[in-house]
Amino acid sequence: MSQDETGISQLDLTELEETTLDHWLNTYRQMIKIRLFEEKTNELYTSAKMPGLAHLYIGEEAVAVGVCEALRQDDYITSTHRGHGHCLAKGAKLDKMFSELLGKVDGYCRGKGGSMHIADQDTGNLGANGIVGGSAGIATGAALSIKMRASDQVAVCFFGDGALGQGLFYESMNMAQLWNLPVIYVCENNLYGEYTPTEKSTSGNRLARAEAFGMDNVEISGQDVRLVYQTVKRLVERARAGEGPAFLLCHTYRFRGHHVGDIDRPYRSREEEEKWQTENDPLKILSDWLVSDKMVEPDLFSQIEEEVRAEVEVAVTFALDASFPDEMEVDAHVYA
Amino acid sequence: MSTHENGREITFGEAIKEALMEEMHRDSHVFIIGEDVAAAGTVFKVLTGLLDEFGPERVIDSPISEAGITGIGVGAAVTGMRPVVDIMFGDFTTLAMDQMVNQAAKTHYMSGGKLRVPMVIRTTMGAGRRSAAQHSQSLHAWYSHVPGLKVAIPSTPYDAKGLMKTAIREDNPVVIVEDKMMYSLKGIVPSEEYTIPLGVADVKRVGEDITLVATSQMVHLALEASQKLAALGISAEVVDPRTTFPLDKQALVNSVKKTSRAIVIDQGYQRYGVTGEIASVIADGAFYYLDAPVKRIGAMDVPIPFSPILEDLTIPSVPDIVEMAKTLCGRY
Repeated sequence: MSQDETGISQLDLTELEETTLDHWLNTYRQMIKIRLFEEKTNELYTSAKMPGLAHLYIGEEAVAVGVCEALRQDDYITSTHRGHGHCLAKGAKLDKMFSELLGKVDGYCRGKGGSMHIADQDTGNLGANGIVGGSAGIATGAALSIKMRASDQVAVCFFGDGALGQGLFYESMNMAQLWNLPVIYVCENNLYGEYTPTEKSTSGNRLARAEAFGMDNVEISGQDVRLVYQTVKRLVERARAGEGPAFLLCHTYRFRGHHVGDIDRPYRSREEEEKWQTENDPLKILSDWLVSDKMVEPDLFSQIEEEVRAEVEVAVTFALDASFPDEMEVDAHVYA
Repeated sequence: MSTHENGREITFGEAIKEALMEEMHRDSHVFIIGEDVAAAGTVFKVLTGLLDEFGPERVIDSPISEAGITGIGVGAAVTGMRPVVDIMFGDFTTLAMDQMVNQAAKTHYMSGGKLRVPMVIRTTMGAGRRSAAQHSQSLHAWYSHVPGLKVAIPSTPYDAKGLMKTAIREDNPVVIVEDKMMYSLKGIVPSEEYTIPLGVADVKRVGEDITLVATSQMVHLALEASQKLAALGISAEVVDPRTTFPLDKQALVNSVKKTSRAIVIDQGYQRYGVTGEIASVIADGAFYYLDAPVKRIGAMDVPIPFSPILEDLTIPSVPDIVEMAKTLCGRY
């Protein structure tokens, strides 16, 4: 992997020669699944069918999919309030996701968690988290557990640039490096913590934070799924081989607001949004490359999109028809 | 009342260590992590020898990162381990509150019952050590307030060992709060294996005229007060809830139905605290049996001062209990 003059790592296509076309088409399918899931989620909100709010992942799909494609099913992730993409990329099913968003008993958490708390241990998802940076310790503890059980799993902690303001994050990174734990901290720098630009909340160099702990660190564009996959594959191999934790800084952009109700977005310009959406759409970056370098017919992408759109429709219908939890459920599962 | 006369006399601290030793031998998933738990055996020297027995992989000295190690405990617990997280002073659990309250306590419920958090947080309480406001608080009411946590506050070596063993085997997060002034307190502990279920109170002294509900070290104050009351012809029953959650409401109510009077004594701050909760349980459950209002003695609602002359004013005392009991029994 090479770096440009700013230190940001660049794509080295020779490293990806072995990756099959099927892999990339599946990657595309995963990304468009997240996008269409989120668009439908927005629709559920605007049509008043969804209780509460949701934080959409549209625009950041390459990070979750690139990371999770480099993981095994039994590897762990912890996720964030903007977590639908992570859950789906790790293998969550659309119908159970929608059901959870609607507070239905068929959801991943029987409707008790909702958008911000989806957990699915069958796919290694230890849970999204409503506390910014709140899962840094949990992912690190999962990595300690991996080491104590002499397993070769890996844990990934997804978090946003906003979590760089949380002390827990630094406590966790310190211990991960001290004890050489198999955990990868993936920072999704989408430029805004809620409504505040990252430069107003975060001083200094982001990568230097990991550097200070002596932790392996990489900075990449989070819009190119090939680069994310290539980078994480290497970091995962290192971690599995007992070579310790890593910090990955992914530059990305949330195409929508902080949450579904954030529609005016006075804190940023329409020009900025349009630039990211036209020049840095992760779906387009991948499909353009597949067309130009892998000779994929452009029609194939609309075909995949239509297939996924149909799956989303089936899933959302399932969720809308599903039952709410019985009232008896309210005090079940407080204790195991 | 627990009868366990056939055993060995050991200290409260030794009882805690024995429980950890036994459970770590029994289950290889149990480990302990905290500041100075390994080489130093904790600042209170309670865990000396644990490191030699189990090695640094299972007796882990951590950085001074209370939130971090509590989060690590949650992560290890949801992935198959049984961590014991050691928070040296109860005052420092404030640093770990998000991980205790928003993570450990809620994970099982938020996941619809799928994820489990079998972890123990062991920490300390208790004033009287001349340690001032940030090393003396008894914050067990905070933990007891949060659905998803269980809280044990043992008063004897026997209870400490049995409750700790149960806590380690629990599939829920359990906070064990040890009064640091009791580590050298001696008591009889059986030679054979035993555990004590959470949520079962223990009558430490049988009496007829008044119930003294007391927790942790306050049990010993209540027992001493009972002696003095006996000399005055007042027979006091001392009931130790042993766990503030689950709370053995029935045992508390049953005792007061018999005695018709109650004082609740706890070393946490009195306002919005354990004494208020238990007094309410008694008032509800034994209303028609009461001959006097249920009274409370908690810590004075001030930051705990350093100067001994002031500190001693802030925590419940034997004379406080005796005087209040005499008043309730109409003996002025």
